Amino acid sequence: MQEISLNILDVAQNSVSAKASLIEISVVEDSKAHTLQVMIRDNGCGMTEEQVNSVTDPFYTTRTTRRVGLGIPFFKMASEMTGGFFEIRSKVGEGTCVTASFRTDHIDCMPLGEIEETMYSLITMNTETDFLYTARRDETESVTDTREFRTILEGIPFDTPEVAAFIRNYLKENSPFRN
Amino acid sequence: MTSHELQKQLNLTVFHQGDDRPVVTGYCCDLLSWVMGKAPADCAWVTVMNNNNVAAVAVLCDAACIILAQGAKPDANLQKRAELEGLNLYGSELDAYPLAIAMGQLLKEA
Repeated sequence: MQEISLNILDVAQNSVSAKASLIEISVVEDSKAHTLQVMIRDNGCGMTEEQVNSVTDPFYTTRTTRRVGLGIPFFKMASEMTGGFFEIRSKVGEGTCVTASFRTDHIDCMPLGEIEETMYSLITMNTETDFLYTARRDETESVTDTREFRTILEGIPFDTPEVAAFIRNYLKENSPFRN
Repeated sequence: MTSHELQKQLNLTVFHQGDDRPVVTGYCCDLLSWVMGKAPADCAWVTVMNNNNVAAVAVLCDAACIILAQGAKPDANLQKRAELEGLNLYGSELDAYPLAIAMGQLLKEA
């Protein structure tokens, strides 16, 4: 997990497991202020206050196969190590919102990584879930909304090879982080 | 070589003395996600990271003991967790390289 995008993938998979129908992901970089803000918000089953408090504890996990869960704790540590902040808010029946900010000028700040590939994987591997992905770097912003794709595609699934290839290209061509 | 023997021989500070258990090898790394996938079981793990996640990774990897190098001290959460989980949590003023050399000698002799 040496890239921010892999942490995003991990958190978004929690949202899928929480039966979210819509997952909003935003990645906003301010190159002058040297900050990167990440938000993952879902409308899944949500968590109780007790669960929210314990989720940053690595010894808390919903998994039964092992008793240690490090996805959220590592993400929190990665952001706080750079002087950023981490927050998780949730309500049962409403959803969960995870926010992490990074100081990109801190020497221990991990790179953003292949965020477009991450979004591509999320969209094509969870074809029943909708994603609203906002990427912004300074003045340049791009929005990818799978609900719009869905309307145009009229039932053709996102993992159809031609559609998947289009989505991958769309994400890359519109990325504000790639040039 | 056991964790308690290693602690005495290397004159390590004891932050918590857990169960005495065999030490098979050493491992040095600070990138916790990396350690999680690569540290061998029953190793003496040398790191400068000192938070609660260190305890979680040590449990996952089944490390024999944690050695905080270069004078790193456990934060309150790590200290508490080491006590709860019965982990061997030690410290040294040495950095990872001389610590590894000393450990290598001991493990070879044992």
